[in-house]
Amino acid sequence: MITAERKPLDELIGYVRPYERILLVGCNECVTVCAAGGRKEVGLLASALRMSLLQGGKSIDIKEITLERQCDPEYMEELVAHIGGVDAIMSMACGCGVQEVARRFKDKPVFPAVNTKFMGASERQGVWAERCQGCGDCLLGLTGGICPIARCSKQLMNGPCGGSTKGKCEISPDVDCAWQLIWDRLKELGMTDRYEEIMPAKDWRTAGGGGPRKIIREDLAE
Amino acid sequence: MDNFEPVIVAFCCHYCAYTAADMAGSQRICYPANVKIVRVPCSGRVDAIHIMKAFENGADGVYVAGCLEGDCHFKNGNIKAARRVAYVRKMLDEIGLNGERLEMVLMSAGMGEHFAETARRITEKIRKLGPSPIKPAALSGAGVSRGAEAHT
Repeated sequence: MITAERKPLDELIGYVRPYERILLVGCNECVTVCAAGGRKEVGLLASALRMSLLQGGKSIDIKEITLERQCDPEYMEELVAHIGGVDAIMSMACGCGVQEVARRFKDKPVFPAVNTKFMGASERQGVWAERCQGCGDCLLGLTGGICPIARCSKQLMNGPCGGSTKGKCEISPDVDCAWQLIWDRLKELGMTDRYEEIMPAKDWRTAGGGGPRKIIREDLAE
Repeated sequence: MDNFEPVIVAFCCHYCAYTAADMAGSQRICYPANVKIVRVPCSGRVDAIHIMKAFENGADGVYVAGCLEGDCHFKNGNIKAARRVAYVRKMLDEIGLNGERLEMVLMSAGMGEHFAETARRITEKIRKLGPSPIKPAALSGAGVSRGAEAHT
């Protein structure tokens, strides 16, 4: 999933302060799962913004709505019924959702309520960790299902660097050395011969080095 | 501010604090009428939004009362509630409402006197902190607007 964290309340209060009527839009997808911008968080943020501004004697009308998905134009249409009279929109979705709102409603200022972080997985309740950088040329079949691009601090392709100590990365004792994990896994699978194969320099064009990326499926595209 | 009577919402677990309140009643132990009790099936049922809504609708203080550590009827609802309370306290500090207005307390069903003592202690603490800054603003006509979505 795409992970995100709510921005500091001070920053968000600064965004909405000049306005009277705000539409606060959550998203039922990734940001709901990582507890950053789903229906619950929309309710909490609306409440916090209202209370914060009330202390300065300012009343703000915040409409709360949570879409099934903010990154699809079909779901965006649901906002049309709520947009009338609204001065600005605050989106609690990832950066994709915020930009889709901005694209659909060109005459309204749109503000992000979360900082979009990374593509990650849930390690345990309340903990999410980076697992994929969307490099566009997946290596997991060669590395025992552990990604050296997302999980090695140096994105090394052919084994660990000298900073790997007791299975941990030199940047922090809390960070596993991805290449230690890869080696352990290959050993378990009896596939250590994979480790001996030298991987060529990675072509980063598929990872965004070639400019903004797009997928066009001819059979689906209209 | 001498005649300030705080409004305090106490979310009380059915299995401990709520029964402790009953116990206080049976024992004829007085506790301040400022405390408005909301019975919940477990303190872990109390969500951050319930606490925020209590403040938004004029509470000067809120506390969540759960079972003693290790005694939760649902294993660890009280621990989860304590974490949530800590999270909301930070949020209240961030919006200038003073996290001290919110507290997590633990007790067992037999602690009637402790229930009353807690109610007295928190009432006095909130009395010292003064009225919630939300309340005068809300009463002066700014009003509390509600969102389109229901919170359960």
